[in-house]
Amino acid sequence: MTIRILAIDDSPTMRGLIAAALEPAGFEVHLAEDGIDGLDRLLAADPHLVITDINMPQMDGFGVITAVRASTGHASLPILVLTTETGAELKQRARSAGATGWIVKPFDEAGLIDTINRVLGL
Amino acid sequence: MAGPDTLRATFFEECEDLLSRLGDGLSLMAEPGETSDIETVHGVFRAVHSVKGGAAAFGLTSVVEFAHVFETVLDLMRSGRLPVSLPAMQTLLRASDVLADLVTVARDGGADPPQMASLLMELDLLAEQGPAPDLIEADFDFQPVPIHIPDGVAPSITPDPVTYAITLSPLAGLYAHGHEPAALIRALRRLGEVEVIADIDAIRPLAALDLSRPGLRWQMRLTTTKARDEIEAVFDFVGDDAEVTITRLLPEPTLPTEAPAPIMPAPPSQRPTDSSPAGSAAAVLPLSATIRVNLDRVDRLINQIGELVILEAVLAQAVTTAGLRDDSDLATSLAGIRQLAGSIQETVLSIRAQPLKPVFQRMQRITREAGDATGKQVRLAMIGDTTEVDKTVIERLADPLTHMIRNAVDHGIEAPAQRMALGKPPVGVITLSAAHRSGRVIIELSDDGGGIDRSRVRAIAEARGLVATDAVLTPADIDNLLFLPGFSSKEEASSLSGRGVGLDVVRREIQSLGGRVTLQSVPGQGTTFTIALPLTLAVLDGMLISVGPETMVLPLSAIVETIRPASAQIHLLGQSGRLVANRGALVPIIDLADCFGFAPIADLDRSVLIMVESDSGRRAALAATGIHDQRQVVIKSLEQNYGSVHGISAATILGDGRIALIIDPEEILRSTAVDSPSAARTAHG
Repeated sequence: MTIRILAIDDSPTMRGLIAAALEPAGFEVHLAEDGIDGLDRLLAADPHLVITDINMPQMDGFGVITAVRASTGHASLPILVLTTETGAELKQRARSAGATGWIVKPFDEAGLIDTINRVLGL
Repeated sequence: MAGPDTLRATFFEECEDLLSRLGDGLSLMAEPGETSDIETVHGVFRAVHSVKGGAAAFGLTSVVEFAHVFETVLDLMRSGRLPVSLPAMQTLLRASDVLADLVTVARDGGADPPQMASLLMELDLLAEQGPAPDLIEADFDFQPVPIHIPDGVAPSITPDPVTYAITLSPLAGLYAHGHEPAALIRALRRLGEVEVIADIDAIRPLAALDLSRPGLRWQMRLTTTKARDEIEAVFDFVGDDAEVTITRLLPEPTLPTEAPAPIMPAPPSQRPTDSSPAGSAAAVLPLSATIRVNLDRVDRLINQIGELVILEAVLAQAVTTAGLRDDSDLATSLAGIRQLAGSIQETVLSIRAQPLKPVFQRMQRITREAGDATGKQVRLAMIGDTTEVDKTVIERLADPLTHMIRNAVDHGIEAPAQRMALGKPPVGVITLSAAHRSGRVIIELSDDGGGIDRSRVRAIAEARGLVATDAVLTPADIDNLLFLPGFSSKEEASSLSGRGVGLDVVRREIQSLGGRVTLQSVPGQGTTFTIALPLTLAVLDGMLISVGPETMVLPLSAIVETIRPASAQIHLLGQSGRLVANRGALVPIIDLADCFGFAPIADLDRSVLIMVESDSGRRAALAATGIHDQRQVVIKSLEQNYGSVHGISAATILGDGRIALIIDPEEILRSTAVDSPSAARTAHG
């Protein structure tokens, strides 16, 4: 089965890096440019996991998490937040917003894939 | 798949966007009397944050380091812990310049900008005005933090398998946060052998089911050679969403002896929205969908459309030659195609059109730096920066504009004290505006400085032999002396606008874009430079004329009027000089046929005189044997396909397939010594 990942980041560089890391590893990667775009693509992409940036225009990562958790179809979707910060407060905030886990930028490919595999139990 | 180089290029392209947004936002925040919209501050923060994130991915440590300190200050501002003050904004604006420099250095190589260290200090000082540093959450670490679990074991040692007893008792949060116990168990399976027992004792009957207290729990036994922290890593994200115990069992595996962890009453359920700071439904703005396209592809398309337009003209001519009526099916279809081709051409050309904003924005920085260098206070006001112009034009505008701004700050704007004495506000204003006017783009750069000091300009021009001491010059003539090559000199220009580049270079650059630059100055009130540019470099409105046996194109923009001379109007001057009386002045006649090496026109009376005017206001009458048509022609570079030809700017292909050369009237006027400034210059150089 192909694992579908929806990655939401307003930075084309980050989107490129994520796609470049995951596609060769056999993931089907869907990309969205901000929270609103991400939610728009959620139904069509029907991902197994969502990766989202925190600081984004229109709707930020916390907004995405809240909206996904409040949805009927995807409430228990694993969501990883992308963050440059390693602070405990940020993790706590992500957790209490409903994130499943986090990925610290900059990530290495192996680390990213490993984290996804771990969360999905692949 | 995008390679690392492509991604790097993407990053630098993105940086340009981000830095432009940063500049925009900061300028908006710095507007006097403007209360900053919080979304602006957020946008500014995001821009710096994204630069940092991308730079970290590519290991650009200087950029990361600087962006981090920058971001810290912005974070304080967006959370209201640091007030938005004018001095603070000035620091931030300079910091954005340094960040831009750092990105450029990261891309093109070179040394870190010298101001980096001092700005880092300034930013740190700003950050200290905020709350004590320990309240700032940014516990920053830009080294890659491997989340990845290494294959663990040192190669030489293969530890004996160890068995752990693991219990997993999910609380409601585990499911709410997208965790899946099965996934966690599968993740454990990657580490070694796992035996799982699902403990269903605590599950309540359906009627009494409390979703906040899931009853299902698991007891597992994992036998692995991996280290304990790898097991803990599996539950890293789980946090307090579940109770997890990991106990190492003795080498003799036995069933877990300790009692399973008691099911704790679940803490009050944490509804994500309760603590989420960003749950509000943000105002949804319409997205403008964009794609990035390689410029080569656009140019290819423009060329092909150009060919299409030419072919259409060929076809139209064939239809006319065949004697078909205008209302014949063929002719009407052709008219339809013509219309369509025209509108496709317009659309395609608009793809190349870009707002002037980026280049205008760069001028903000140039203005600031020029102000700093001269000790003058200057503000740049921008009007119409959304005006769109051909991309090539935009790229080549930066240098002339930079020069003109430096010039305006250096020579136009007075020192603050002097301005006050004159009753002007101490801060000088340079206004950069752009607008579309009758098919051209008009860019105006005006300052509210002292205007051109004409007596001084004249004195300098006389000293350099650019103008005769007894020449009668109007104020406009004197102003135009500024554009003469050799006017600017080291002695006259300060360190700022110096470098031996004069306004003549500006004029030449604008002319090479098919534009013209003029200036107006009012003593005591300031100077305005006006640049008129074509909307595109791909097509040109031209007049088809006959020169000798050839059909040539004369740009419409240069033409003032056309006249059929009566013999009485033509005057002879010396051996070969001929002048025509036109509107009370005698204008020299230039025979184009002679110019381009054809047999000179024998009978000027039967020719057509086309009055052209140069940027500096010089007039000449170009003599041609006939005028045919006025039409838009597609410009084909002659230099790319053949070579540079004197007096010719480019070529085009006519409806009948013949090639016609496009005349460069400026160059023709320049090369023929026809009036006083040019004569003076010829004598000089």
